[in-house]
Amino acid sequence: MGAIAVSPAINRAVVDADACVECFTCHRGMSKEHLNPTFVRAVRGLARLARFRFDPEPDVCPTDAIVPEELAWPRIVRRAFSDPQVPHESTGIHGRGTAEVKTNDVTGRVGTGEAGFVVEFGRPGIGARFRDIERMTTSLAALHVAFEPMNPVTTLMTDVARGTIRPDILGEKVLSAIVEIKVPFDRVPEVLACVRDVARRLDTVVAVGVSTRCHPDGSEPLRALLEREGYPAYRGKTNLGLGRVTVAGAGAPGKAAAAARPW
Amino acid sequence: MTNTLHRYSEHYAREPGEDASPVTDDYIVFAMASKGVNDDDLAAKYRAFLKLALEHDPVNIGDATHGGWLRPQRKLTPVNHWRRERRPDPETVLRGVDGPTTVAAVFDTYEKLRAFVLALAKADIGVSINIAAPMDAAQRCCRDVGLARHSVEYSVGFRGRVERLPEARTLELSTMCGHGMVSAAFARKMLDWVRENRRTPAEAAAYMARFCSCGVFNTRRAERLLEAARPGADRPAAGQGDRPGGSDSDPTAVR
Repeated sequence: MGAIAVSPAINRAVVDADACVECFTCHRGMSKEHLNPTFVRAVRGLARLARFRFDPEPDVCPTDAIVPEELAWPRIVRRAFSDPQVPHESTGIHGRGTAEVKTNDVTGRVGTGEAGFVVEFGRPGIGARFRDIERMTTSLAALHVAFEPMNPVTTLMTDVARGTIRPDILGEKVLSAIVEIKVPFDRVPEVLACVRDVARRLDTVVAVGVSTRCHPDGSEPLRALLEREGYPAYRGKTNLGLGRVTVAGAGAPGKAAAAARPW
Repeated sequence: MTNTLHRYSEHYAREPGEDASPVTDDYIVFAMASKGVNDDDLAAKYRAFLKLALEHDPVNIGDATHGGWLRPQRKLTPVNHWRRERRPDPETVLRGVDGPTTVAAVFDTYEKLRAFVLALAKADIGVSINIAAPMDAAQRCCRDVGLARHSVEYSVGFRGRVERLPEARTLELSTMCGHGMVSAAFARKMLDWVRENRRTPAEAAAYMARFCSCGVFNTRRAERLLEAARPGADRPAAGQGDRPGGSDSDPTAVR
């Protein structure tokens, strides 16, 4: 995000609160030495005077200087969507909080003849504000698509039918957020065209994934459709169908879909 | 958690060319349970998955709530700048699995992937299992093992302000942590440090892997990419140094 820089005015690192998405990577990802800050600054100052460049381990914070802040609404939304180790309250899932077709073998979330979309904003590494996400969700809502109810962005909508998002978070910036929708398979080109068109007007990047249920023999019609439409179909996820119901009384796939809350 | 879907390779470049090299050293298998459906005795199921993975020589394993087998170290001394511990710690990953999460293993050859998937099918752990990889490889693996694919999800590339994305080699490194915990600025810095011979590719790959909070960063592929970035190194030219964006009929696409 480029949120941390050394201020020439105070000669200390400062965090740009507007640019920071509260991913906690600076706090969690750095190894730490817990050295005395005055000592560290003195050594650095001497090295600088002598035009030496110390060549330290780049992922080590010598003083454990970064301390997480208690976040309040609406800023706390940033962390929920940016820190993969915080589960989304709405879905209980860590990361971006979505299950997509990763558990489709036990939830039956995307059925035969249907296609699921994951439209991810801000990825990779750019970040996105909910204002931009709402531009996409309102456009998708106009197509009368079904937003996945068990999705963190959907739970922040004020009107799912119109795709509008809570106004108090529209200015909040997150590392990434995923909108999930489901449509009949023959509407895939229409949705892809809409996403492509709206993405041109956003101030961020959008990563798109499309999914479907395979036939019993493992074949599926999506790849041919994507290639016909000019989209790459090189990489993706494949659910192997090895999941099964092991909790007594949970029911078969499809039935389970109504009640299951994937992690 | 679409953390493995959009790993960048030259196939997503604006003009990938006919000979875009297939990615042959990056295969992820992950397990995910559903609450109230198959989450009973979940920690044991996830540990069984990880133990099976360890029998097939992975390049990384991880748990999405605690991290991979290379993690940040909380209490270092200044000696670490000369004698840093870089050995993977699979035992910590196994011990740390304690409930709702996802677990993953990364492999650098198709043969390891196939053998692991076969072992998983026999083990019948009960949670959902997915492969994140080139689709042809995943399909081939299913065919070889005798499984019919249940569902598929395709990455169809990046749209929008793609001119804000970093150059291709940086993107290949940073998107190996799909959660975005490996920043593009840090990946670029590691490329520079390897080019300047300040660090080896293995050291630089380990630095980046420690930031990945779920253990899907492929250190072997990272080493290859870093090595290939050295001046004079033999490497496929496609994508290297190119900015993924460009100008054609759809200037917002990276494909």
